[in-house]
Amino acid sequence: MALLSRRTDLPFERDDSSRYLPWLTAFMVFLASLTLAGVFAISDLAGTWDKGLSETLTVQLPAGEDERTDERRAAAAIKILEATEGVEEVALLPPRQVRELLKPWLGAAADAGQLPLPQIIDVEIDRDGIPALATLTEQLRRAVPGAAVDDHGAWMSGFLRALRSAEAIAVLIFLLVGVATVGTIVFTTRAGLGVHREVIEVMHLIGAHDRYIAAQFAVRSMMLGLRGAAMGIIAAAMVLIAFGVLVEFQGFGVLPGIDLSLGAWIAVVLLLPATGLLAWLTARITVLRSLARMV
Amino acid sequence: MDEIVRFQTVGLRYGMGPEVLQDLSFTLTPGSFHFLTGESGAGKSSLMRLMYLAKKPTRGSVSLFGRDIASLRHDDYPTLRRRIGVVFQEFRLLPHQTAFDNVALPLRVSGMREKEIKKHVEELLTWVGLEENMAAWPETLSGGQQQRVAIARAVIAQPKLLLADEPTGNVDDRIAARLLHLFEELNRLGTTVVIATHNKSLISSSLHPIMHLEGGRLSIEDRESEPAATVETLPRSGRL
Ligand SMILES: Nc1ncnc2c1ncn2[C@@H]1O[C@H](COP(=O)(O)OP(=O)(O)OP(=O)(O)O)[C@@H](O)[C@H]1O
Ligand SMILES: [Mg+2]
Repeated sequence: MALLSRRTDLPFERDDSSRYLPWLTAFMVFLASLTLAGVFAISDLAGTWDKGLSETLTVQLPAGEDERTDERRAAAAIKILEATEGVEEVALLPPRQVRELLKPWLGAAADAGQLPLPQIIDVEIDRDGIPALATLTEQLRRAVPGAAVDDHGAWMSGFLRALRSAEAIAVLIFLLVGVATVGTIVFTTRAGLGVHREVIEVMHLIGAHDRYIAAQFAVRSMMLGLRGAAMGIIAAAMVLIAFGVLVEFQGFGVLPGIDLSLGAWIAVVLLLPATGLLAWLTARITVLRSLARMV
Repeated sequence: MDEIVRFQTVGLRYGMGPEVLQDLSFTLTPGSFHFLTGESGAGKSSLMRLMYLAKKPTRGSVSLFGRDIASLRHDDYPTLRRRIGVVFQEFRLLPHQTAFDNVALPLRVSGMREKEIKKHVEELLTWVGLEENMAAWPETLSGGQQQRVAIARAVIAQPKLLLADEPTGNVDDRIAARLLHLFEELNRLGTTVVIATHNKSLISSSLHPIMHLEGGRLSIEDRESEPAATVETLPRSGRL
């Protein structure tokens, strides 16, 4: 690119005002990388849980006086469930499995087969959920007094909502970091305009277009921005890798999908050209706007 | 276009100060050559600034190349300024650039290719006697050498209007005469020239008309011959 190889007319090497720009940019990009990784991690996590849990429903039927009552009740409930819109599959858990489930609470008594056990029906529902959950519960209660519908989605949706707002906050932080970066570049560029005022005036008087002068500031800013972004991304990558290793060792495995997806890494690396472009564009616009006010 | 510069009842003041130029009305025709005189502080540099578009008049109207500068849009300035070569009183060389790069600047901003630029700049710097100093930084050059770099930068793009503010302030009479010769060569090629100077012997060595500033007002003294004729009477000195 001829633009990059061209020696500049402005004495940027002697310009202290931009000395800290790469470091500030590095810090911003570091923050942005971590936030972006966070957004991806949260989003992946929310997606996994959303899919894994919100698509099931458990119906619990109280134990009847005898087996025949149980069978009748189960049949009635299943019939209602199968006729309900949004239900995909209905499966009555065999008593042995129910006993397993209750063992922690009932202890050996559950094994003995002496206690009347409730019946549990696993219901798979489709992605959009059941449109009339309240009606379904109502119907089941009428058919089987004491029937209970346990909607995982209900408490899950609270958890998911929390995840989604965490995601929104992370996106907001990401955008704020972007705004702060733009602000820093504007500030540095303005300072540079002040430092080089005399040279700019001579260039103007010689017939240089604002574009010619702005291009030099923009390329300079882009180079500083790229340098900073590279540092920031490398630092962030080290932190993310270290964090991943730590999570694995400590066995925080309860949080599925904490290790970053390929997409997240690509997004973080894309911050490099994005920062370069942002620095180039911001400096260019800043210079053009300032020079438009000069004679 | 029958006039390069046209002033009509132009006044100029700096900030809230007094008018340093009052009711200036004159025209400069293509190919004319004027000296501009006046005591220190009379307003010579101020008048130059109006002509090279560094200042706008506080009243009256200024036209350059047939265009009223009050009607210029921001984007029109570079085009007009490229037709004007300026030797600033304080040179205003870019300190971080070599003599070569300083002289190359007007060609670079107008987008000429480096290969051509090199040819032109080397030729001109050799012509003004600075072939040994092309890679020198301005601060390492003598006053007279810097002045010649400034002059080379002003003329490299073959301006239609050349404005030189005290271009012989830092050189002895012998070099001053050579520089005058350079300006006259350019004038013969069609450039309109205005030279602000205190240098009496420079003025008296030729018969170009004199614009004189006094008390903020301008008078023009025509001396007998046409500028074109005076050039022929000059002694031919070698290259500068
Ligand atoms: N930037 C400025 N701000 C305020 N006043 C100025 C400015 N430049 C010049 N002046 C005033 O305008 C008047 C004319 O100054 P100018 O520099 O045009 O004079 P000059 O004829 O070029 O003088 P010299 O021969 O010393 O170069 C002076 O009174 C000066 O104080
Ligand atoms: Mg002056």
